[in-house]
Amino acid sequence: MRRNDFLSHVAWTGSGIAYALSGAGIFSGRALADAAATTQFVQISDSHIGFHQPANPDVSATLKASVDAINAMPVQPKFVVHTGDITHLSTQAQFDDARAILSQLRAPLIALPGEHDVLGDDFKTYRTNFGIEDAEDGGWASWDDAGVHYIALLNVFNFEKMGLMGNDQLAWLKKDLQSQYQQTPIVVFTHVPLYALYPQWGWTTQDGASALAMLSGFDHVTILNGHIHQIVTHVEGNIHFASATATAYPQPQPGTAPNPGPLTLPHDQLLHAIGYRTVRLDTGTAAIEQHPLG
Amino acid sequence: MRGMRHFLIGLALLALVPVLAQAAPAASVTTVHIRDYAYKPPALTIHTGDTVRFINDDNDAHTVTSTDGLFDSKGLDTNGVWEHTFAKAGTYHYFCELHPYMKGTIIVKDPTP
Repeated sequence: MRRNDFLSHVAWTGSGIAYALSGAGIFSGRALADAAATTQFVQISDSHIGFHQPANPDVSATLKASVDAINAMPVQPKFVVHTGDITHLSTQAQFDDARAILSQLRAPLIALPGEHDVLGDDFKTYRTNFGIEDAEDGGWASWDDAGVHYIALLNVFNFEKMGLMGNDQLAWLKKDLQSQYQQTPIVVFTHVPLYALYPQWGWTTQDGASALAMLSGFDHVTILNGHIHQIVTHVEGNIHFASATATAYPQPQPGTAPNPGPLTLPHDQLLHAIGYRTVRLDTGTAAIEQHPLG
Repeated sequence: MRGMRHFLIGLALLALVPVLAQAAPAASVTTVHIRDYAYKPPALTIHTGDTVRFINDDNDAHTVTSTDGLFDSKGLDTNGVWEHTFAKAGTYHYFCELHPYMKGTIIVKDPTP
C-alpha cells in the first residue's frame, strides 16, 4: 500500500466509514479492508462523565458502548488514547465513574486532560486518577512504538488563555523532536486544537504556532485532538489535523450557532454523531476510520 | 488592675456597636445570571460586605474565576448556585475557565458616610 493511498477525508457528521482516497482520488476498498486487520490505535474523546442534560442524558452509557465496541475488535489496538474531558466537572465521583468504565478496556489506556478535568485543583485530581505513565513532571509525554513517535501534549494550562502549552513544554518538545529522524512518522495528541480552528469559541492554542513550526520539518505529522466534539480536518504542509467526535454529545459547527454548547439531536442522530475512531499509520500518514455508535 | 482594664475596653467596644450598626447599611445580595455564555450583568457595582450570587442558567457548565486568583467557584453545573462576599473595596475581574471569552467585573465600593 503506497503512502498516497492514505489521505483520508471525513465528513463532519461522521458518516460511518472512512473515505480512503488514493492519490488520484479514487475510493480504495482495499485500504478499508487492510485497516480492519492492522489497526494501530483507537481514539476516544470528550466523555463528560457527570453531564446530564438533554443533549445526552446518559453519557456513561455511550462511553460504555464505545468501550464495548473497542473490546469487541478482533485485533486489539496497541492502545486507546482519550484526548480529554473525561469528566464534566473534575469531581472525584465523576473520575470514579469514568474509571469504572474505562478500566474495562482490554487495550492500555492513555488519557490526556481536558479543561473539564482540571477545574479548580491544578491537575491534582486528574493526575491521581489518570495521569500518563512515565510522563514528564508537567504531565506531557512521548513514546515510540513500531517506528512511530507519539507525543501527548497538554494545552489546557492557563485557562484565561486557553489553550496554552507554556514555555517549559515547548522547550521539552523542541528537545524531544531533535532526536527524531525527518522520516519518522509523528503522531501528536492534544485536547484543544493546536491551530486556530475557531478562536472566537476558544478553539485554538495560543502558542500552538511555536509547536507547529517545530513539527513542520518532518515528513509525516498527524495531530489528533478533541474539545470540539466533531470531525474537522485540516492540512498545513506535511501536518494533518483531525478533530474527533465525542462519546458524549456533538457541538455546533463553528459559527453556526451563537455559542459552542451541547447540541441536542434526536437520539438516533445523537448516536450517529458520537463514537470512536480507529487509526493506522503503517505508511506514515494516518488513515482514520470513524465508528459512530448508531 | 488587668481585669478592670479589660472591663473598660469591653464597655467601650459595647458602646461602639450601635454606631457601627448605623454606619454600615445592611449587606445585600445581588444576583448575576450566567446565561447564553455571558454573565448578566457583565459589570456590577456593589458595596463592601455585599454578596454576589451567581446562578448558571445554561445547559453547559461554567465557572466564576478571578483573574487574580482571589476566588473560584470551580465547576458550576446547570442550575448551580455559587455565592461570594466581597469584604474589600476594589475592582474584581473574573472569567469562565471553560469558556475564557466570558468575562465579568465586580466593582466594590466602601459605603459613603
